[in-house]
Amino acid sequence: MKVHVDPARCQGHGRCYDLAPQFFASDDEGYGSERNGGVIPDGQEHEAQVAAMNCPEMAIDVEQ
Amino acid sequence: MTVDDRFAGDADERFTDRTSHGRRNEPTIGPVTDWATDFDHLDDAWAADPYEIQDDLRQRCPVAHTDRFGGGWLPTRYEDVAAVAYDSDRFSSRSVVMSNFRSDVALAPAGGTPPITSDPPFHHGARKLLLPAFTRTAIAALEPATRAYCHELLDGLGGSSEIDAAVDYAQHIPMRAISDMLGFPPEDGPEFAGFVASVLEGINLPLTERLEGIGALFHYLSAQIDDHLAHPREDLTSYLIDAELDGEKLDAFHVAGTMGLLLVAGIDTTWSAIGASLWHLAGHPGDRERLVAEPALLPTAVEELLRAYAPVTMARLVREDMTWGGVEMKGEDWLLLSFPAANRDPAQFERADEVVIDREVNRHAAFGLGIHRCLGSHLARMELRVALEVWLERHPTFSLADPDAVTWSHGQVRGPRRLPLKIG
Repeated sequence: MKVHVDPARCQGHGRCYDLAPQFFASDDEGYGSERNGGVIPDGQEHEAQVAAMNCPEMAIDVEQ
Repeated sequence: MTVDDRFAGDADERFTDRTSHGRRNEPTIGPVTDWATDFDHLDDAWAADPYEIQDDLRQRCPVAHTDRFGGGWLPTRYEDVAAVAYDSDRFSSRSVVMSNFRSDVALAPAGGTPPITSDPPFHHGARKLLLPAFTRTAIAALEPATRAYCHELLDGLGGSSEIDAAVDYAQHIPMRAISDMLGFPPEDGPEFAGFVASVLEGINLPLTERLEGIGALFHYLSAQIDDHLAHPREDLTSYLIDAELDGEKLDAFHVAGTMGLLLVAGIDTTWSAIGASLWHLAGHPGDRERLVAEPALLPTAVEELLRAYAPVTMARLVREDMTWGGVEMKGEDWLLLSFPAANRDPAQFERADEVVIDREVNRHAAFGLGIHRCLGSHLARMELRVALEVWLERHPTFSLADPDAVTWSHGQVRGPRRLPLKIG
């Protein structure tokens, strides 16, 4: 699974890096981005999925 | 002391003068006849329980209207609230408090208190200046002091068997946090409560009285700016005085307006969220006991309490006459942007009208949507979580001392203003 934070939609709510800091990071202004090229290791999809589903701006694309 | 011409002369008089020009309407008073055609967010019924009214409107008339306040609209569906929040082309943020006063068009695009009153493209730069101070990482550094202060407040109340959690606890926590960030004396807290009341709750006062209150706020800010010019320090006030936008220092109105925004918006919103959360837990022993037993659930619970009791409603001004959502809007009509109503839309949330304390997926809009996402959301979340954590640790058992004695604020920020709790 791969995740990607769309910078055009992200408003810096920070839900992704709050819920799954191992997969998402904040920049100096609070906007989110994916770590490790967005690659989610097998077996950890649920946490990444929950982070994506909690984004109020629906800014996180998930590729299965 | 360096002479800074921007703040020379009677700065506070200029601030007040500038914010007092605009369009005024005669207040319409009297009870609401029909919420779909005559809504009034200052009505006692709305303050007591807006959710029942919003649920009813969502079913029979998704966009309600009123002639009060010079005309305005109230969408209640999540999708409509989101559409407005994302549409800064057709809805302006020049005035964000729906009242009988619309700020002067000449204040656009910055508005009186940038960036909340700013529209694009000005908005972007004004907001960008503030973002670094409010990131989750920057806010995390304030957590130990916030926790210590919560304990100090409860220490000061000793072994009381009854505590007014709104008056003696909730309100003080955000006041201390934001005054520390701005570099204001902590003992000025009680004055801040008066400013908040004038700006946000004073919308039912005669306009002259409300403007006097706003004048007092700018008088205070002006004195703080002077003090910071004479004694610069590491805080947001000195930061704003020195900050540059497009290579130029901010004008005096921008500095004072942003300081006023941070002070007012940072206080009663979080005060309301802490109070509403404690009110809920006082009346729902099952949720309270679960959080005492499982403190790790608190961050999830905080999101659900924010969804169910979102304290903040915003407002916009319609830019030009248009048909929107099946209704005919006029330029300068108000649009009351109810995030609380959006958060309880059953089309968006399962069991929307229930507090599900362990709700895993919670795409709520308590901090708004789009470019005006609450700048202080990380601060508010930290304060709310720490305030509840400390309270539950110190007073794991509590209940409403007298449900009828609880009073709720009127206007666009909703939370308990009196909340007597029985301890033990």
